[in-house]
Amino acid sequence: MSLLLQQLVNGLFIGSVYGLFAVGYTLVFGVLDILNMAHATVFTLGGLVALWLVEGSGMSIWAAFPLAVLFSGLLGLVLDRVAFAPLRQRSDTYFSGLISSIAMAIIFESAALGLFGAHTVRFPPNTIKTDIWRIEGVTITSLQVEIVLVALILMGALSLFLHRTRTGKAIRAVAESERTARLLGIHVDGIIASTFFVSSALGGAAGILFGLYFDALSPDMGRSIELKGLAVIVLGGMGSIPGAILGGLTFGLSEVLTVAVTGKSNLRDAVAFTVLFAVLLLRPEGLLGRRRAREV
Amino acid sequence: MLEIQGLTVTYGPVEAVSGLSFHVACGTVATLIGPNGAGKTTTLNALSGVVRPSRGKILFDGRDITRMSAHRRVSAGIVQVPEGRQVLAGMSVRENLELGGYRRPRCEVLRDMERMEERFPILRDRRYAPAGSLSGGEQQMLAIARGLMAKPKVLLLDEPSLGLAPKLVTAIFNIVRELRDEGQTILLVEQNARQALVISSYGYVMESGSLVLEGPADELRSDQKLAQTYLGQTI
Repeated sequence: MSLLLQQLVNGLFIGSVYGLFAVGYTLVFGVLDILNMAHATVFTLGGLVALWLVEGSGMSIWAAFPLAVLFSGLLGLVLDRVAFAPLRQRSDTYFSGLISSIAMAIIFESAALGLFGAHTVRFPPNTIKTDIWRIEGVTITSLQVEIVLVALILMGALSLFLHRTRTGKAIRAVAESERTARLLGIHVDGIIASTFFVSSALGGAAGILFGLYFDALSPDMGRSIELKGLAVIVLGGMGSIPGAILGGLTFGLSEVLTVAVTGKSNLRDAVAFTVLFAVLLLRPEGLLGRRRAREV
Repeated sequence: MLEIQGLTVTYGPVEAVSGLSFHVACGTVATLIGPNGAGKTTTLNALSGVVRPSRGKILFDGRDITRMSAHRRVSAGIVQVPEGRQVLAGMSVRENLELGGYRRPRCEVLRDMERMEERFPILRDRRYAPAGSLSGGEQQMLAIARGLMAKPKVLLLDEPSLGLAPKLVTAIFNIVRELRDEGQTILLVEQNARQALVISSYGYVMESGSLVLEGPADELRSDQKLAQTYLGQTI
């Protein structure tokens, strides 16, 4: 029983990181209907830059975190300008944008390789002070609690931003209809750039939390989460923010529960993706997706 | 106030609007009528800046705005209420109104939202409902109110009565009439030519991208040829 509980708790922690990663992914998809395939490399670079700040300058992780998040957001602006904006007027913009974002992913990953080397790196010991608590046979570390809190706070902040601020509302308007947004006087290109900034900042934040949680960072660490992130936003409903959060938690929980129940860690991904297919059979639009007619 | 000179818009090889010239005088309602596919909506979209003309000029208050971007035109005071309402269905009625005033100072937006809710009480009753849950007539009122939130100098109304029940058509035309009486400059595009001409002072008739007839609205209403083609048999 306490083993199961322990796994549920672990699933919650990793699921919140998946959710944070997927929220940024789905935000860009919701606004542009384009998959940003470089999102996972922004995740990687966010983590590596935070590590570099902590290691190189002896900065505290609490100072390095916002700086690395800001850097990730700026990467998002670069992505928009270089990979997406020039293709926006093309009739095949969805497909060409996908391809050029794959190109940017390769460039970012090469940059990470060149700058940080190919080996796995770790945050220095005592980067974050870790207390260990045992409650009813369940072990929880303060690091885990901090990760889940930071992820939840960021997702909550995103939700407030989208619903309470002028820019956030404009992002939602562009997501619904770019043309209508233009007629309302919204500067659509600027809003798309803001969307990329926010999306990539969250992706970078997820990378830092991921690196702290597993205490391992490498230039290809984005690969492991890339496909999961896609699965999570399909599971939650394409373009749905609450869906991405719920999808992330579902995915994280099904992963750890698989290991707990079967005792085999190599079944982890198989079961998680089986859950995805099962959900899509019952709800093709995803857990919280809205069924909508495809615009021509 | 709005002057269009030799406007030409092409979609690929097709000329949707060719060499169109007309103007809208300050404080009046001008109407653009004509059959489906005549290029009326394209004309409005060129005025709003969401499609680029290949030739011609658009002068607004004497200023050439042909190259101005869409969002700047809204700031300048050219505001379109698009065909088919195009409310932001997933956002609340209030958020739709708020975004209508996107380019205006916050305090004015809040004040004008009050005014719009007074003018269209249904928008107050349903203020937190998603705009997509409103009926067609209510959505049209919301679309007009949202357009007014931008404080337009020229309001471009694209087929406001399209797809509405007769009673609602009358209600929408009454709103347009009220706006006219308040001195709002309006360019109205309508299929419902007869009613459009009743509330307009000047009318333009378009066919396959060009003007075929123009004149004061009351003259157009008694025009024999127009009566047969667009206005039905009895006047």
